[in-house]
Amino acid sequence: MIRTATAALAALLLAPGPAAFPGEIAPADKRSGFAEMGPALQAMQRDDTAHPGMLWVQDGADLWARAPSADAPACGGCHGEARASMRGVAARYPAWDARSGRPIDLEDRINQCRRTHQQAEPFARESADLLGLTAFVALQSRGMPLAPPDDSRLAPARQEGRALFEARMGQLGLSCAICHDDHWGRHLGAAVIPQGHPTGYPLYRLEWQGLGSLQRRLRNCMSGMRAEPYPFGAPEYVALELYLAERAAPLPLETPALRP
Amino acid sequence: MRLGRRVALTLLVLASAASATRAEEAGQPLRPVTIVGDAIPASLTGAAGDPARGRALVLDRTRGLCLLCHAGPFPEERFQGNLAPDLSGVGARLSEGQLRLRLVDGRRVNPQTIMPAYYSLAARTRVARAWQGRPILEAGEIEDVVTFLASLRGPARDQRTGP
Repeated sequence: MIRTATAALAALLLAPGPAAFPGEIAPADKRSGFAEMGPALQAMQRDDTAHPGMLWVQDGADLWARAPSADAPACGGCHGEARASMRGVAARYPAWDARSGRPIDLEDRINQCRRTHQQAEPFARESADLLGLTAFVALQSRGMPLAPPDDSRLAPARQEGRALFEARMGQLGLSCAICHDDHWGRHLGAAVIPQGHPTGYPLYRLEWQGLGSLQRRLRNCMSGMRAEPYPFGAPEYVALELYLAERAAPLPLETPALRP
Repeated sequence: MRLGRRVALTLLVLASAASATRAEEAGQPLRPVTIVGDAIPASLTGAAGDPARGRALVLDRTRGLCLLCHAGPFPEERFQGNLAPDLSGVGARLSEGQLRLRLVDGRRVNPQTIMPAYYSLAARTRVARAWQGRPILEAGEIEDVVTFLASLRGPARDQRTGP
């Protein structure tokens, strides 16, 4: 009995390659998609003056400082210097929102602030304004480890996110987990499959020629599986974002990341 | 007036196209298959497939999709996947009937397989509108691919399942 267990353990330890066993990624193997990129793209992400995503961040910085109307404060009017007040905030999202009684992501939070404190129309999901402001806020946490809140109110949605991650869907009957848990590091055609950690959103994808959100990325993957994507802002995405943040922690935040 | 007529005509054409699409989705049930052991011995169409068309499907990354996951004896094809076994020599390892079942619904051989079921509508979730009610490949295309894969009898270029 003990011998069998020892043999099984030995087999586990001697198993070749990181993707030999389906299931969760071992903490020691956890890594950002940054690690899968070539040196040229890594250099582009590291250099803010060469990083095209920084153009959106600049626009976000302007929005932070600008009042949406004459009698409403700018973001900075209440929060002051983003460098200080927003430090670490993005690393904690999605988070529980007491007002609406549900988990919300950083984009939701920004839009809620606009509605309640600035009496302004919320930005449209995936608009340049919302992406830029979100990226500017998230930039203030760059280099900090993802720190999903230990909040029991988030548990049901996080569980749902995990179930969605593992659910087969679409005409091809694939799941997120099949590629990103079980086969990361291998080649799907030309692409190296990353572990799928959301450490750099909103991020600049060369394929998009622009900045995009995690929800946009999730929709791309769903289309690839020939599944019907959820609409932008759907609670299913926030559930997935919650699970993904927990799965990725404590990798450091990279916003704005750059990816092929 | 003329413009109105043109609009009406366009609407008519659109309407008939829409009803044709609906008919296609609703009708066209998949052909019944008979599984014997781990194989479907009989052709889905009653005829042999065309290996040249099968080869084209295997190489087509938006239709057959094969090379996204499998490598094979296709030196001219760059960027072949390595999520699944190499197709080199697969015709020597599996019979036509075994190949047919693995294409039609590999879950019947291994419930955990990542291989999509190419000719089955069973147990599907959230299929995108454009693909609803449609198998990944039609019966004739399955036969083309089976015939082509069965012809891959040469020595494996690389038998490993991964890197």
